[in-house]
Amino acid sequence: MTTAVGRPATDARPLPRKSRRRWRRRGVVLAFMSPWVIGFAVFYLFPMLATLYYSFTSYDSFSSPHWIGFTNYRFMFTKDPQFWEALRNTIWMILVLVPLQVVFAIGCATVLNRVKRGVGVYRTIFFLPTMVPVVAAVLGFVFLLNPNGPIDHVAGLLHLPQPVWFQDPKWSKPGLVLLGLWSVGNTMIIFLAALLDVPRQLYEAADIEGANAWQRFRYVTLPLISPVIFFAVVTGVIYGFQYFTEGYIAAGGQGSLGNPQGSLLFYPVWLYEQGFTAFHLGYASAMSWMLFLATLLCTLILIRTSRRWVHYQGALR
Amino acid sequence: MLSVANHSVAIVLAIIFLAPLVFIGLTALMTRQQALSTRLWPHPFNWANFRDVFHIFPLWRYGLNSLLYAGLSTVGVVVSSVPVAYALSRLRWRGREAALVVVLATLMLPAQVTVVPLYVIFSKLHWIGSLKPLIVPAFFGDAFSIFLLRQFFLTIPNELSDAARVDGAGEFQIMMRVVVPLAKAGIAAVALFQFLFAWNDFFNPLVFSGSNPKSLTLAVGLAQLVESEQVHLGVLWNIEMAASVLFMLPVILLFFLAQRVFIEGVTLTGVKG
Repeated sequence: MTTAVGRPATDARPLPRKSRRRWRRRGVVLAFMSPWVIGFAVFYLFPMLATLYYSFTSYDSFSSPHWIGFTNYRFMFTKDPQFWEALRNTIWMILVLVPLQVVFAIGCATVLNRVKRGVGVYRTIFFLPTMVPVVAAVLGFVFLLNPNGPIDHVAGLLHLPQPVWFQDPKWSKPGLVLLGLWSVGNTMIIFLAALLDVPRQLYEAADIEGANAWQRFRYVTLPLISPVIFFAVVTGVIYGFQYFTEGYIAAGGQGSLGNPQGSLLFYPVWLYEQGFTAFHLGYASAMSWMLFLATLLCTLILIRTSRRWVHYQGALR
Repeated sequence: MLSVANHSVAIVLAIIFLAPLVFIGLTALMTRQQALSTRLWPHPFNWANFRDVFHIFPLWRYGLNSLLYAGLSTVGVVVSSVPVAYALSRLRWRGREAALVVVLATLMLPAQVTVVPLYVIFSKLHWIGSLKPLIVPAFFGDAFSIFLLRQFFLTIPNELSDAARVDGAGEFQIMMRVVVPLAKAGIAAVALFQFLFAWNDFFNPLVFSGSNPKSLTLAVGLAQLVESEQVHLGVLWNIEMAASVLFMLPVILLFFLAQRVFIEGVTLTGVKG
């Protein structure tokens, strides 16, 4: 156990030498950790505290910040309807997209797990859309779903409804949900690995007990992949609060943020608009602290409730 | 029977996943009028789009900026994250577990939370409008990469490092000569993920480029093309799609070249979740 430290077993050495060695040891650790220690201080710790300070000030980056107490927070909660609209849109996206992505990813992974021949080819195809850069993917979907575009055309041939997607506030977010499902590859790959890890004997035992396909999934597969579901939900929620690029591009960019009719005004989009086009840096800082607290709260709630439904195999955790 | 059913589901899914890419590719080969119509197949094939797109916006410059951001930040992340991951997995010290928790905690921190002070710092340094705000921070470790490398380093048997220690090797030598060569797959995965992240990144270049046309990356440049096109020219689906194809082509090629590293890397991110 102690061999990893590389300390000889002789205890007869004089104390000063031992403590000098211990200091050298600490120096080595510090040297290895130094990039991150500096990075953490400069790019995380200081900015977090500075944002907190700015959030109590009026600040436009040209003149120095001046203290205004809780004014930004009061304005946010009582006088800024767009703050609430942005929050609603972001929560809508998280509540709809995260569960759908998990279900769709499990579905795709199950299909891959069952196909005997050609898994490699199918896996490559299912994963390929995930490789498309977000900006290109959103532009692609704005084109695909435009009123004269291919999807509209195909939907017309099949007598399906033909909404105008990104021009209709009711359909703009569902349009982005389609995009989110199309690029579900990472989650799918993780579920596939989890499905491959489920021991065969458990399915055989379930068969002997006379379980049908649904029961096998519900009582064998689902508990065993629940840690991965938990992982996918937590990362999905954290990412959901940062959902920005898709909304920015689909709305048509800088000049038309939130279009159509505020339906794509997500929380980070409004934060960006306040901070970097209006240069209300104090207000943007207050918004960013609320974003941080919301992310933290949701993550903690998920971890708390996970004890009830996440099953870790063995006594590992 | 069952196998036929499984294959038909898989084929339907494959078509759904591929169709958008096929439509994007076909539209990139249409004339402007065709792209505005309901036509699905280009007639004639207008390969000139791929030439015109270079005239309509400075694709070479944006491409070079994207390559600089992705390439240099990848070097930075690998060089700085390897020693940190080494200290967090192969050195024993008090506070190690706590340090790991802090590293992981920064993973859940939204970029928007730190962006305002970083913007202020970078503008005081006169870095806004250059690529420095995108590249320099990469040289100070990246939480996701540190975590992933740590997972790889933990799988290397301790006996190997101990043998090197007996031979009088220092920790740096052990890292470079024993651990790094055995963790090539992990380092490759981390490098790939960072390259992709930077190539695709939109938020950071958007904020830090300060709309300086000389330092726009492809992601931001493409978004600006769409904005200015709406104002001046009306929508040019064919050019937009041709530009998108050129933008996604390098990463898709990269994926086909390094698919295994990729899939294994993605799998590892979820295993210990």
